[in-house]
Amino acid sequence: MKKSIVIAGVGGQGVITAANIVAKSALKDGYNVVMSELHGMAQRGGNVECTVRIGDVYSPIVANGTADAIISFEPLEALRNLPKVKKEGIVLTDVNPIIPPLVSLGIGKYPELEEIFDRIAMHCKLIKINADDLARKAGSILTKNVVMLGAMTALKILPIKEESILGTIKETIPEKYVEMNVKAFELGKEEMAKKN
Amino acid sequence: MELLGIGKKVLLGNEAIARGALEADVDVVTTYPGTPSSEIADSISMVARYLKGSGEEVPFYFQYSTNEKVAIEFAAASAYAGLRALTCMMHVGMNVASDAFMTYAYVGCKGGHVIVTADDPSCHSSQNEQDNRLYARFASLPMLEPSNPQEAKDMTIKAFELSEKLKLPVILRITTRVAHARGVVELKKLNMKKKIGKFEKGGLAVTVPDVARKLHPVLLEKIEKARKISNESELNFVEGDGEYGIITSGVSYNFVKEAVDDLGIECKIFKIGMSYPLPDEKIADFLKSCKKVIVIEELEPFLEEGIKVIAKEKKIDVEIFGKGYDALKRYYEYSPDIVYSALAKFFGKEWKMENVEVNATPRPPVLCPGCPHRATYYAVKQVAPEDTIYPTDIGCYTLGLLPPYETADFLLCMGSSIGTGCGFSHATKQKVISFIGDSTFYHAGLPALINAVHHNHNFVVVILDNSTTAMTGHQPHPGNEIDGMGNEAIPIDMEKVVKGIGVKYVEVIDPRNLKEAKEAIKRALEYDGLSVVISKAPCILLERKLKKERKIYQINQEKCKKCKVCITKFACPAFYMDGEEVKINPALCTGCGVCPQVCPFNAIEVVE
Repeated sequence: MKKSIVIAGVGGQGVITAANIVAKSALKDGYNVVMSELHGMAQRGGNVECTVRIGDVYSPIVANGTADAIISFEPLEALRNLPKVKKEGIVLTDVNPIIPPLVSLGIGKYPELEEIFDRIAMHCKLIKINADDLARKAGSILTKNVVMLGAMTALKILPIKEESILGTIKETIPEKYVEMNVKAFELGKEEMAKKN
Repeated sequence: MELLGIGKKVLLGNEAIARGALEADVDVVTTYPGTPSSEIADSISMVARYLKGSGEEVPFYFQYSTNEKVAIEFAAASAYAGLRALTCMMHVGMNVASDAFMTYAYVGCKGGHVIVTADDPSCHSSQNEQDNRLYARFASLPMLEPSNPQEAKDMTIKAFELSEKLKLPVILRITTRVAHARGVVELKKLNMKKKIGKFEKGGLAVTVPDVARKLHPVLLEKIEKARKISNESELNFVEGDGEYGIITSGVSYNFVKEAVDDLGIECKIFKIGMSYPLPDEKIADFLKSCKKVIVIEELEPFLEEGIKVIAKEKKIDVEIFGKGYDALKRYYEYSPDIVYSALAKFFGKEWKMENVEVNATPRPPVLCPGCPHRATYYAVKQVAPEDTIYPTDIGCYTLGLLPPYETADFLLCMGSSIGTGCGFSHATKQKVISFIGDSTFYHAGLPALINAVHHNHNFVVVILDNSTTAMTGHQPHPGNEIDGMGNEAIPIDMEKVVKGIGVKYVEVIDPRNLKEAKEAIKRALEYDGLSVVISKAPCILLERKLKKERKIYQINQEKCKKCKVCITKFACPAFYMDGEEVKINPALCTGCGVCPQVCPFNAIEVVE
């Protein structure tokens, strides 16, 4: 068994934390797990991507067209990572654009949202979520990554138990924010239930 | 603390190396931070501060040295005195350290010394993608190459043992995709004890010519011994069966394993874990058993050339493929796609590379909202002539390359802004303003500044002093009051240093006061001779952590005349266009207070 997901977003959105939670939960459930992340220059508002792979895997990165899903915290980043997902795969993406600073300067253009979504839907299964709204509802925009984890769990993209992910969230996040994050997880999960 | 735990954990490759050093009961760890190596030393630093905080004795010594050369020298002395030492650095750091370790190889060590080089194929965060495996051959130092975090930990421990056996420092070579990969690592028991070394006089350790001539053959004897070990080492092993062979090492092994599995290839894989010296006998046997062989390795044909020499010397008639076959190139990192494609071709299997074209606008990293470097760059651009040359240096401020600042024209390496500033000021009639960060200044800027003073070069040096080594993760540097172990340190007074070496024109400014900054830069440019401006303001990421409350700014739409200076010239990422209106994203605004000074219509106001 091999399962691979790519978690993508913009520096500061908690992409690496989310990927770490998935990886630790996979180990809890007894799976082999490998993961890759990029640090350094990528942290300064640049795009961030992490690959998490479980099962009979060795490589920390995936070949194009082989990831089971892209979990993106931002629409443009979902598009950027589209080549990685397989044809029958899933792209779960948040719908709130973060405009790259260079675009504000008039260098390059942020594509129309509908264009992004159409392009993704042409290639594979697209699932949209307004994770910003749900995170605010949970109590803070900073819980957005956990909203996305809730949604990912509801979609059963990886064979990891829900209680393992919740358990890791509780261990990873400072105690005073646990309640807020558990709520964020539930909201993400419920949102996906509504769509099905 | 997870790094001090036991049992199976998910660890970063770099954390695994730190843990390996702790399991090997390391006594001394030194470094200069650099991506992708930083988390090795940062983990050790965290352990030291954690133990100190829990009132326990820290059983090792750790130091963020001023540069990689000093880091190696410190550790070499410790290892010569019988202690176990680990020194870690990014690949280009090895260039700085090379003067020390090329001769250190002659002298050798007594306690084990592991030198970690973290290479960066594809230059994810570096100025080049040099392959440091060549240093092992160049210096005649044994080298191990792990493929994943578990191996990174195991090989760190093995490297200490090997180093002690050979009395030679051992190189542990990783790449970004090993350093920054996470995987399951089994943590064994820790048994850390504080030890004291002893320097024994009378050894061959003063490398005057007569001694060096004696030591070089000794080194070569040690390497022959290492070659024997390499032939016997379980780190070099063969798996699988078939008429064709694959030889690989490092991260490429992972791609090979999955390709062989997914493509249903029948073959033998020779996995090389100790890649210098190569296990010549084992490789010869492998070559003899194969009809043809392909070598899968990133960057230079290091294994390939070694293997071809072995084939030639042992008169083995086998075709060996590598660089130049299919998409196997000497530049950039390998990916599963590249390896799958090459192996499919080599073994006559079907593999269609997926090629989905997307047009995604790039999102390069930028200076953070509230970054004081932005204020400095804005001020400089306001007063410097159009054709001013801006030599730059290694740090966050290299991002000044991007528009609208474009305050980066030339960059070689750490400290090069000042050395090249000397050269440009001599070679041209243009104004020259060199930018260098504080940590970089202490690392390699000082000798160049002394050169500039002594030869009376006429240009401006702006030292961007944000009180930390920001880009690599806020490690302390010699200007700080606390060191990497959390102990009190003696902060170096930069202004006194600069004045002390004889710079006649020195100004210290806070760039967040734009008027003051502009005037100071103007005066520095007009000064006939070398001038230094220390532009001092803390890194905003650190300041935000310390400050509980912050004011934020917004745009008074009635006053805003849409001139967009704030966006096109100042370019703080907190600003954005909402239809026709310029707005400030309150979540990104840090309240640094610089933008109100930029707005010609006083339209930027504090949110009450």
